[in-house]
Formats: sequence, C-alpha cells, structure tokens
Amino acid sequence: MEASPLVLVVAVLQAAVRSGTPILFVCIGEIYAERSGVLNVGLEGLMLVGAIAGFSVGYSVGNPVVGVIAAAIAGALFSLIHAYVTITLRADQIVSGLTLTILGTGISGFFGKPMIGQVGPGFDQIAIPGLSSIPILGQVLFRQDAMVYLSYLLVPIAWWVMYKTHLGLAIRSVGENPATADSLGVSVTKVRYGCVLFGGAMAGLGGAYLSLAYTTMWIEQMSGGRGWITLALVIFAAWNPARAMLGAYLFGGADALQLRVQAVGIEIPTYFLMMLPYVLTITILVLASRASMRRRIGAPAALGLPYAREER
Amino acid sequence: MTDDKIAVALRGITKRFPGVIANDSVDLELREGEIHTLLGENGAGKSTLMNVLTGIYRPDAGSISVFGRTVQLKTPKDAIDLGIGMVHQSFKLVPTHTVTENIVLGLGRGFSRVKLDEAQARVATLSKQYGVKVDPNALVWQLSIGEQQRVEILKILFRGAKILLLDEPTAVLTPQESEELFHTLRSMREQGHSIVFISHKLDEVMTISDRITVLRGGKNVGTVLVQDTNPQDLSHLMVGREIKFATFPKKESRGEQVLEVEGVDALNTRGLPALKGVTFSVAAGEILGLAGVAGNGQQELAQVITGLQRPTAGTVRVQGADMRGKRARHFIDAGVSYVPADRHGVATVGDMSLSHNSVLRRYREPKFGKGPLLNFNAAIGYARRLIKEFNISTPGHATPVRSLSGGNLQKVILAREMTTRHHLLVVMSATRGLDVGATEFVRKTLNDHRHQGGSIVLISEDLEELLSLSDRIAVIFHGEIMGIVDAETARIESLGLMMAGQRLSEVA
Amino acid sequence: MRLELRLERSRKLEYLVPVVSVLLSLVVCAVLLLSTGANPLAAYSAMLKEAFGTSYGITEVLVKATPLILCGLGVMLAFKMLFWNIGAEGQLHMGAWGATAVVMTGWDGSPWLMIPAMMLGGFAAGALWALIPAYLKVKLNTNEIITTLLLNYVAILWVAHFIYGPWKDPVSFGFPMTMQFPEGAQLLRLAGTRVHLGFVFALVIAVALYFIQEKSRWGFEIAVTGGNPNAAEYAGMNAGRNILLVMLISGGLAGLAGMVEVSGIQLKLLKDISPHAAPYGYTAIIIAWLARRNPWGVVLVSILMGGLYVGGETVQITMKLPVNIVLIIQALILFFVLGGDILSRYRLVFDRPGQRPKKAALSGG
Repeated sequence: MEASPLVLVVAVLQAAVRSGTPILFVCIGEIYAERSGVLNVGLEGLMLVGAIAGFSVGYSVGNPVVGVIAAAIAGALFSLIHAYVTITLRADQIVSGLTLTILGTGISGFFGKPMIGQVGPGFDQIAIPGLSSIPILGQVLFRQDAMVYLSYLLVPIAWWVMYKTHLGLAIRSVGENPATADSLGVSVTKVRYGCVLFGGAMAGLGGAYLSLAYTTMWIEQMSGGRGWITLALVIFAAWNPARAMLGAYLFGGADALQLRVQAVGIEIPTYFLMMLPYVLTITILVLASRASMRRRIGAPAALGLPYAREER
Repeated sequence: MTDDKIAVALRGITKRFPGVIANDSVDLELREGEIHTLLGENGAGKSTLMNVLTGIYRPDAGSISVFGRTVQLKTPKDAIDLGIGMVHQSFKLVPTHTVTENIVLGLGRGFSRVKLDEAQARVATLSKQYGVKVDPNALVWQLSIGEQQRVEILKILFRGAKILLLDEPTAVLTPQESEELFHTLRSMREQGHSIVFISHKLDEVMTISDRITVLRGGKNVGTVLVQDTNPQDLSHLMVGREIKFATFPKKESRGEQVLEVEGVDALNTRGLPALKGVTFSVAAGEILGLAGVAGNGQQELAQVITGLQRPTAGTVRVQGADMRGKRARHFIDAGVSYVPADRHGVATVGDMSLSHNSVLRRYREPKFGKGPLLNFNAAIGYARRLIKEFNISTPGHATPVRSLSGGNLQKVILAREMTTRHHLLVVMSATRGLDVGATEFVRKTLNDHRHQGGSIVLISEDLEELLSLSDRIAVIFHGEIMGIVDAETARIESLGLMMAGQRLSEVA
Repeated sequence: MRLELRLERSRKLEYLVPVVSVLLSLVVCAVLLLSTGANPLAAYSAMLKEAFGTSYGITEVLVKATPLILCGLGVMLAFKMLFWNIGAEGQLHMGAWGATAVVMTGWDGSPWLMIPAMMLGGFAAGALWALIPAYLKVKLNTNEIITTLLLNYVAILWVAHFIYGPWKDPVSFGFPMTMQFPEGAQLLRLAGTRVHLGFVFALVIAVALYFIQEKSRWGFEIAVTGGNPNAAEYAGMNAGRNILLVMLISGGLAGLAGMVEVSGIQLKLLKDISPHAAPYGYTAIIIAWLARRNPWGVVLVSILMGGLYVGGETVQITMKLPVNIVLIIQALILFFVLGGDILSRYRLVFDRPGQRPKKAALSGG
C-alpha cells in the first residue's frame, strides 16, 4: 500500500527533530562559548570525540546513559585544550579551533578502529503518555528518545540562565566588554573557561547522540560536517538559545528530507540530494549575514579577542 | 598621629611595566570628605596609581590601607567590597545593555535571578539624592557621553562606595556639563564621600579641589592645600620647568578654497544619521578647528572628507574638484593627508617596521617603485629622513612601530602625512595622550604648516588647543554645525553652549 | 601565573619552538601508541627509515609533498591577508574535476596542448569554487570559515556524482572511477619514479609567490591588510578586490594540486584523490601556519609532512597501526607551536606565594 502524504509528512517531521537534536545540543553549547567571547570552531572534532567516547563507554558498560555522561565529560576535557590555549595563552581562537578539529578527527579515528562494525546500546523511543496522542504534533514531538526530551528541557533552561540570571548577565557582559566585567569583579577567565567547557560537554552530547541514538554504531568521521553547520546556525540563531531550536530543526528537516525524497520517487541524483543540508546551511548563513548587515546586529563585540588585564 | 580621618593611605606604591616604572614609591593620603586632585601630565602615572587602588593592577611594592586597615587588593572585587569605585577615562560600560543591567552587573551570584525592577527603583532614588539624571531603561549606546558618565557614577553609588575615583572626567564634557558634574561632586562631598579627581586642567583643579597632589615621572612631587597654591606653581611642579604654551600668531592672508563641504549627510556604523547638512570650507593657509563633545559626528566627518566613507548626500570638493563617488586612494592622490585619532588601530600596522609604515599611504608613488614592484630601499631611505627631520626616537627604521611610545608613533604618522605632497591635512585628536614636549612639537609643526600655506582641519575635544591654533572654529553637535566663529574673538562660554546644542544665533 | 609582554620577541625561541614542538608531539603520540600496546620507538624508526632512508622513500615523499605545497601556498596566501580559506580540500576536488572534464570531452591530443588545457581547467574550477565564499564575504560579510569548509563537502559530493554516474568507466567492475587518461593527458614523470612535473610547477609557484610577497606593491597590500585591515582601508587599498584576487589564486593553486594528482599520480578521477584519513586540503592549513606564512617554509614543511604520510602508510601496513596517527601528530605539533609562539612573545610570570594573602581582602590592622 502507498503511504498517504500526511503519514509521510509526519514521518519527515519526526525525523527532522531527531536529525536536528544533535545539532541543537552543540548549538546551545557554542552559543554560551561565543556569548562569553570565545569562538570554538573545533566543534566537529569535539563531536567526534564525544561520539567515540560515548560509544565505547556505552558499548563496554552496556548502558547508553553512562555513555552519554562519558561523552559529555570527554567533550569538556577535550575543549579544555582550546580553553587553555586561547584564554590562558591567548593564542588565535580560529587556529586553535581548527587544530582541535583535526586532532579530534585523528584521535577518534585512532581509538575508534576496534569499534568499527560493532553495534552498541541505544536509546529507545518513548511515547509520552497523553502528549503523544495529540494529532500530528504528538507524533512529531513526543514519540522520541530520552535525549530528545533532554534537549526540550535544556533549551528553556539555557534561555532562562542567559537572559534572566546574574550568571547570564555576566556571560553576556564578558563577551561584549570584558574590561567592564572585570572592573566590576566578574572573573573573565572563570566565565570563559566555564562557557568553553560547557560548550565542549554539549558538543560531546551531540556527538554521543549520533553514535548512541541516531545510530547505534561508530563510523569514522560520522559527524559529517554537523559541527561546521552548527557554527552557521549560531549566527542564524543570533546567539539566542531559543532561536537555536528553530535553526536546528530546519537543518534536521533538510537532512530528513534528502533521505526520504528518493523513497517518494522524485528524480534527483542522489549526490545532489546529499548536498542539500550543506547548501541549505550556506543559504541560511547568507540570509543571516544580510539580515545582520541590515539591522546592524551581530556577534558579541569581544568574540575572538583574548583578554588581558595588565597589558598596556 | 591618628588615622581616623584618613579614607585611603597609599604608602610606597611601586608599579613597573616592561621597560618603565609607572609608579615609583608613591605616597598618597585621601581624607574623609575631601576632593583631592591628582595632577600630572600624561604618562605621570596617575591612571596607574588609581588602577592599583581599584585592584586592576597589583603593585610590585608598597601598602594600601583603607579606613585605617591595611588591605590587599588582588582583584577589582576586593576594591568594590571596600567601598572604592572608579570612573575610568574610557567608560567601562556594555553598550548593548541597558543602564540598569550595567549597574547590577557583578552584584549577584550564579543562577540567582536578576531583579531588575528593584534595581530600577534604587537607581531612581540615587538619581534624585545626588542630582544625577538618567533613564534606567535606556540602552547605553543610545546615551550621550555625559549621560554615560552619569551611569558610571550611579554604578559606583549603587555599590555603596564611599571613595570615588574619577579619571579625567571633564575631558569629554562641555564646560557646562563640567559645572554640573562639579555640582554633583560637591553634593557627594557634603554627604561624606571622599573623592579623587584626576585632571591636568589647572583652572578647574583650582575650582573643585580641597587638596592637590602632583605626580611627575611616576613620583609624588608634593601635596598642597588649594588655598596655599596657584596655577603657576602647580604647572611648575607638574612639568618640572616653566611651561609657556606658545600663542600662535594667525596668518593674515588666506588663499583660495582648498576644501569645500556642502550639505553633507552621512550615517554612522549603526546605520543612524551621523551628519546632517554639514557645510563649511577651508582656505589655503588656514586652520579650521572643529569643536564638539566626542561622538557628535567628528569621526564620520573626518572619514567623509578623506574618502574613507561616502556621504549619503551633499558634495565634497578638494581644490575645486568634485570628489563624488571617489575612494580613499583618489583622495590621497588629490592631496588629502590624514592623521586619524586611532594611531594603533587605523594609522599604522603595529607589526610592520617603521619604514614600511612610512610608505603606508605612499607605496603607489613612482618614487617608491617601478611598475608592480615596490622599492623597499627607497622606503628605508625615506624613513631615515623622517627619523632625522622629525626627531623620532627609535632604535632604527626596521623597528616594528608597535614598540614605539605614543609620542614617537604620532611623530611617525605626522611626518608621513606632512611630507607627502598634499593640499589639505585632516588631523584628529592630534595631541591626545602625548606629554607636554610632544604636544608642543605637534602644535608647532601644525602652526608652521599653516604659515607655509597649508590648510588644516583640526578636530579636537580640547577647546584650549583649538583656541590657540585655529583661525576659525566650527562647533558640531549631533552631526550638525552649530556655527562657525573667529577664534580671535570666540568666547569659551559660547563655544560650550554650542557644543551642548545651541546655535550660534542663540548664543551670540 | 600570568603572561607578561616581552619587549623584544625572542629570536632564539622562534627557531627553538618548532623543533621542540615536533619532539613534544612525538612524545605525546608515543603515549597513545603505548596505550594500544605498540612500540613507539619501533614505529618512529620505521617511519623515518621508510620516508627518508631510501631513494624510493624520498621520491614518494616528494610525490606526497607536491599537492601539499600547492595547497599550502594557496592557503598561506589567503591567511596572509587574514582570509580564512579552509576550503582547499574542496578546491582541490574541483580542480581534479575540472582537469578531468577536459579529458572527458574525448579529446586525445598532444600533451603540449592537453596538459596546459587541463591545468587551466583545474585552476579555473578551483578558483571559481574559492570565489563563491570570497564574493559572499565581500558583498555580505558572510563568515568565510564556515562557507569555505561546507563547500568542501559539496565539492566531494560533486565529484562523487560524476564518478558514480556520468563519467563512470563501464569496464571498472563497478568501482567508482573514470577510465584511465590517454597518454597525452598524463604528466611527465621522472624515470622509474612517481615524481612528476607537478613538483616542478609547485617549486616555480613558490618562487613566484615569494617575489609577489616580498617585492611587489600588491604583496605589500596583502601584508598590510593582514596586519591591520583598518590601516589598509586608510591607505586607500581596495580590500574587496584584493580578497577576490587572493582567493582566485588560492583556490586556483589548490585546483592545480587536484589537477596534478589526477594527471600525474592517479591517471584517472576516483574517490580518494586526497587521503581520507589525512586529507591534503586540511594538512595544508597546518602547513601554512607552521611555515609562518613564508613560501620557502611551505616547501620545507610540506616535504616533512610528506615524510609523515609515507611513514604513516608504512606503519599502517607493517605494524597494523591506525594511519590516523598522521593527523594526530600534525595537530599536536600545531598546538605546541601555538603555545610556544605565545612564550616567544610573552614571558610566564609566577606570582610569589608570599605576596598572596591567605584570604580575600582584609588582613586586619
């Protein structure tokens, strides 16, 4: 029997949420890092480290939750390199981030060798009683795995902390004008280390989602550019955790769509379809930069700049 | 001796930076309820000393006591906790945040909610108590410089500070705004606050201070009661020799119009109107001063008449030639030289050598190369000439300009711009941050240039400098020219009123 | 612990830093190897011997160094004016595609015509690919780090489309590759080795770039723009035009790297024209940075990196070690150099513990 168009749309939307979730984790973490003034372009590497750490620990313990925790810790530890090199040693953030990606790709491949071909534990779909029976919406949003639900909780919390708390005010101030925050007793170093480590942990979670939920295996370089796509989505989200959700699902939609279009029998060459997420991301980025040029809003003013108090 | 009336005592404070001693065992006592002026020329160590007292710098030696207790100030937080607050020369504000957000920053911990409503109410009370008016909901970048300064003061009062340090607060204000500030300071003194006021303007120092401490070369060279001294003695203490600020004779005859600006509109970097219908002209052999509080469109005007920014309306003519649609390089070719305010950020490339920097705007000239090739030997020869003629003190032409002092860097820029074949020189904040010697040199150079028939647009926030050098002074406010007056007959009060937004017809 | 600016950069450290960095990264990598039970000393000596110990090894190192030099020079030129072109990998793929497109027209002519036409095709395809992010940057200030990088994925998929589809050799037994190039489309090789004319191209271009950088007005413009973009604008330089020109060359050189790979080594277009475990285009980023943006440095570092590739492949085969250690060593070297560079500009100052009071601010009195 042919699937009805509605069933297909619901399936694509449900897949869009799944596909967008790893990016959502990474995006929220990177928003915090960038809001504090530290650009981390090493997300791709961090995701890979999270994916392999999550998979190997989850695989050996036999429990995906332990794997996810391990992935977050691994991501945080790995991002510590970036924090030390850029905050303490004040090296160039872009170069350090690129190197982090290369190192993460190498390390994950190195430790991942024996894991290739293994099938690990994964997260099951849980239907939330009540909510999941809402027509369409319930199917799309509330028949997902535990990590998706975790991301639903994370977004409002991240937004609230950023805009309503003293910590959030401190983070935003450090990213806009570190000297000001410093003069009022806010430790620029602590805030930035904290945000970079949080960003690393989130990227680790995003990676773990790929190897423990989206699939249940380790594939070399399985992040497939999602770390870079996240960097674009941070700009699209205008550094706001709530808008990150929209961006992540938009990308997830493109990803889900390209996987399913062929099933419907539309004649577009496979490899062109596979370009869709990347091309869409570039388009989004172009639109976001046009918007920010027009409205003159942009990145945190001190993004990318090291801070030193005693320099003169 | 009792310490009970002493708010702050600094003893033997020494602070070194690589290559310089900024403070050399300085003693200073601030009494409770006094306004104590710290006087000294640029580079005397005033700001460093205050940064030590606010925990931003850690001294290499010396001790600090506050209200009789010896303290260690490791971080700015320690100073705040002791009731010490500072208004820095460049304001420490987050421009994209509101006034209240700026005020409560750093006052709460972690995940606790920011209670903006309560804070706003307290800000309103404080505003009333000290007569400091500002809208607590406004975004800081939308405020004028004077208002931003009030936010800084409120920020300190909000933290319950008893000791206020103000680093050259009047440098950015109109004379009238300065009066208002003094009023606020006196009212704070009445309410028991102790204030350190940093300045190098002798007349206002005589007006506002109870006591004055003079710093020179990082050392305390004396503390006096205001009634026991006079401006001459102070200036002698400050510089170590007699200073006579030369009065510059104006040139009698002026030549043809070199720069004509007509009805120019322009936008700032945020896309908001920065210049509105600006019209003026400058003749050969004339210095036109442009007065105004910082941020009223001076930057945009300088960029428009040097080709770095295109006006949205109006025309700019250089020697009669319409420059519409022309880029910066065409302005350079047309003979427009430019000494920008930002020496490190715009006028030079810090990591490049002095010789490379000396051809920064001239590298296209035939004398510095052939076809696509650049002749670096010619650049070196030229740099050597500049070093000699302008007395630039540097290890050599290959030194990266980053390591030059402010005065020497300014000499490099001035030398380059003035030795280029040019018709018009645009100079912005030419002497800001320079010591007395370098300031005199720059002013004399500009004056000589005028007498050789050069024309100069001199943009400055220093009214005295404008009055002593300019032939005519234009005053800019909110992007509009309030009026143009003859420097010989201009009165400082009416210039101040124009800087605050009154038109010449209203003040004359 | 904090950093204090040195008045003069330490010359000695500037030379010492790269050497120490290489050694340190080998030490760290040795720990990784030990964790898998491998003998790092045996691995390192095998790598060194294979890469630089035999004449065959040396020629293979030059083979690997050729695309690295070309990509590295391109990336270096862009970095020189602070344009973050991390899309050399994609530009290389497009260059390989562009050169192959010339062959796929079915033309089988004299190498004197075909090779230049393929070079042009490779250069142009790489350059066009690089001009997309350059144009977006100039017109809309779009972040070039992200666009150049994402275009890598698109370029690789673009090539895949052709080798799995229209250009697939019908007699390749299902392998995704084109037919073998006719002889006229193959680069001349040094007899008995795989070293090809592309290596000579790479050296000639290094010399040319040196002259542009050090002797020309345009090179001065690039250096000023990289040193301080505001100063470049102030000096009347046209930043937008320079970005486009620099990226045209940068992408073109990476494209040329792709061309020499297909025309000199693979002799067909296939999937892994750049090694999957350590792609040339990414290694080029490391090379450009380690070379301190100097063309001679690019040549030197590329040859060393070529040695790492050859050595890495050897131990993969003989000792069954993951070839990923190539990438790990590269990244570690760069991290140590980054840290070391800071130490040559600043000195570490340790605050004497005696100066610090035990608790916060007040100490009585």
